[in-house]
Amino acid sequence: MKRLILSLFAALVVATPAFSQAKPTAFINARIIPIVGAPIEQGILLVQNGKITAVGDARTVRLSADVTIVDMAGKTIMPGIVDTHSHIGGPAGADSTSPIQPDVRILDSVNVQASSIQRAQAGGITVANIMPGSGHLDSGQTLYLKLRDDAVKIDDLLIYDKAGKYMGGIKFANGTNPIRAGGGSFPGTRAKSAALVREVFIKAQEYKEKVAKAAGDKTKLPPRDLAMEALVEVLDQKRVVHFHTHRHDDIMTVLRLQKEFGFRLVLQHVSEAWKVADEIAKAKVPSSIIMIDSPGGKIETIDVDYKNGAALEKAGALVGFHTDDGITDSRWFLRSAGVAVRAGMSRDKALYGMTMAGAIMLDMQDRIGSLESGKDADFVILSGDPLSIYTHVEQTWVDGKKVFDRSRAEDRTFAAGGKGASDDGDAMAHDDGDEDGGNE
Amino acid sequence: MMNVEFRMMNYLRNGALILLAAFCFLPTAYGQLAVKGEMVYTMAGEPIANGVVLINDGKITAVGPSASVTIPANYRVVSAKVVTPGLIDAHTVIGLNGYLNQPHDQMALDGSASFQPELRATDAYNAQERLIETVRQYGVTTIHTGHQPGALASGQTMIAKTIGNTVDEATIVQTAMIAVTLGPGANASGRSPGTRAKQAAMLRAELIKAQENEAKTDKAKDLKSLIMARVIKREIPLLVTAEAAQDIMTALRIAKEFNIKIVLDGVSDAPIVMDEIKASGFPVIVHPTMARPGGDRANISLETASKLKAAGVPFALQSGFEGYVPKTRIVLFEAGMAAANGLGLRNALASITIDAAKLLGIDNRVGSIAVGKDADIAMYDGDPFEWVTHCTGVVINGKVVSEIVK
Repeated sequence: MKRLILSLFAALVVATPAFSQAKPTAFINARIIPIVGAPIEQGILLVQNGKITAVGDARTVRLSADVTIVDMAGKTIMPGIVDTHSHIGGPAGADSTSPIQPDVRILDSVNVQASSIQRAQAGGITVANIMPGSGHLDSGQTLYLKLRDDAVKIDDLLIYDKAGKYMGGIKFANGTNPIRAGGGSFPGTRAKSAALVREVFIKAQEYKEKVAKAAGDKTKLPPRDLAMEALVEVLDQKRVVHFHTHRHDDIMTVLRLQKEFGFRLVLQHVSEAWKVADEIAKAKVPSSIIMIDSPGGKIETIDVDYKNGAALEKAGALVGFHTDDGITDSRWFLRSAGVAVRAGMSRDKALYGMTMAGAIMLDMQDRIGSLESGKDADFVILSGDPLSIYTHVEQTWVDGKKVFDRSRAEDRTFAAGGKGASDDGDAMAHDDGDEDGGNE
Repeated sequence: MMNVEFRMMNYLRNGALILLAAFCFLPTAYGQLAVKGEMVYTMAGEPIANGVVLINDGKITAVGPSASVTIPANYRVVSAKVVTPGLIDAHTVIGLNGYLNQPHDQMALDGSASFQPELRATDAYNAQERLIETVRQYGVTTIHTGHQPGALASGQTMIAKTIGNTVDEATIVQTAMIAVTLGPGANASGRSPGTRAKQAAMLRAELIKAQENEAKTDKAKDLKSLIMARVIKREIPLLVTAEAAQDIMTALRIAKEFNIKIVLDGVSDAPIVMDEIKASGFPVIVHPTMARPGGDRANISLETASKLKAAGVPFALQSGFEGYVPKTRIVLFEAGMAAANGLGLRNALASITIDAAKLLGIDNRVGSIAVGKDADIAMYDGDPFEWVTHCTGVVINGKVVSEIVK
């Protein structure tokens, strides 16, 4: 009977609203994968004022008289996808003058009108961590962005924390990328790399101490140092370190540094995670992994394997994914979960990794990552199962507003390619920020 | 003492030979194999539900529904949900370029000159390279590999099976094509060519030289002349990598001028000049479906393959050339993405089996499951293209060469 009523509602469906409205909108008859909680068949997602107000089915969700109904029969709805490491928008961080540049902010670098951001929307990505490159031990501060539509300036995509500050982390790297033979101030070995990072954190500890001792007395404060201020935020666990690392011994070095300085950490890439999965789990440090089709391409990734997801899951570690766009393409980011499952990861944890795990890594677990009442209305409408190659992202919604619709010709071009999809030259944005020609 | 040792060695060797001989006559050891599939895509007709493929001495001897094909008692039986012909990657550079991506294992492009059709792929192919094993584990049994795009003529290509300890064991066609590039990728630094028009001028000059040499009674017999003679005589085609529409048109123009055979490669802009490609009759090895957009691939699309199909242009799919990470793509996935973007399962599978075999001129041996063909088979535990499906086994020349689940 209730289904009949819903069907009647469905018959009255108006065109899908493109803007978040004060009036509620109900997406009905979909298979809903809320990530937190079991999938719901014939589910209802209720959205109002950019927020999710209810998730359930006809038995649990009450629809008001003024609700706009959108029939999603045959479709699957899941939370907006979180990319924990991307280079869309052509970001370029630190320059070649020194290996550690914490004062550099990717905020000042992103082209929000780039086609790469449109292509990420086409892949169902609603939040991305925009990173500078890995050719430095520290190439600068990263930026967490909501991929809202029609952005003109960076402010249009920023996400603010409770204190009113725009959110982001900081990028570090070890292994061969920051190492430059005869590179002046750049390290020439792995031990030197670690020593330089240690030194700068000790300097930051001293800076922090001086500031504390001054106790607000301006005459006693050290000269203002933006690099130190950023690292003090790291020491105070207010800014997460996203650490590019591949080889098992480099991973262990990162864990060692984390223990020494107590910063909050996300391991990025972690190509040999399967070799030290237990150690990573024991350190209670999350990993953001990338799915690469074949071994090698660079000497540190000769043992990269799809099985990283399964190995970390088995060890009990938190696993998320990233595109490292343009190393892998934002448009088929969901593929990462598919091939992780192929290599033994559970379906649930793989989908969790695309959404909630990323939200946790970016300190946004209260706002995004799952379809729950009270969270931001960031969601993706799929033509079928999220792990199937045959499934297309049909719509992407951010803050209750539709930012991608495959049925619109322009949007379809960003999804499928063709003339106009990448002719602003931002297709290979990945290389821009990195003098070594790549970040992965 | 020496003598005793020598005799001992002889005994051992003879013993080993006898054992080996006995082994060969054991029915299961020498390629007597039955492959059962809940669905067998023969690519030589409709798929067969509950199909059986019989293999003897490296060749396919029978194929049909289990009701009509009796498996002899002494055959080894392997089973899978889905059985396909061994996959063919119509264009790659693996074996010449290795997985380490260090100068010592990157052998697909020599930078000393812009036009070097005399460079033979077989002199560079490392049959034991790790990437060959990598693609084989996903079901790829034949590769068209060789010199990479990036010079006006970078060298020759070859066709190999993805097994063999040596290049000789692996090779099935020594010289398949000459790798030619048109467009920005062909420009050299510090020497010609430096523009598109110069590329065409240089290519024309080389073809005229070859034509004139062919007309002589006392022909030049240097390596370049010998190989270019085969191009002029239409024995081997130029594999012309051309992404932008104007480069595709240049390739077609020059092919017409000199009445040579070409295979178009890449062709991101194919939809723009589809009629011209179709009219030329030349086949296409289309860019990897998931290749990165940008540069002369600005207009690249997931739907190029399906548009070629709709236009009736013969084509195959490829893993292509990668300079960084991943060092090679997997043609199975590239075909899957094309399947999901308009091409469909059957056509996508054809583009990495029978259609690729026809394009490469090896369909007498590989590309479909048919009596008399090489017993190259791939096995999957579901739709071969789904991300979550595994390749469960691979047979090459009648031997099970991979049983890992990948």
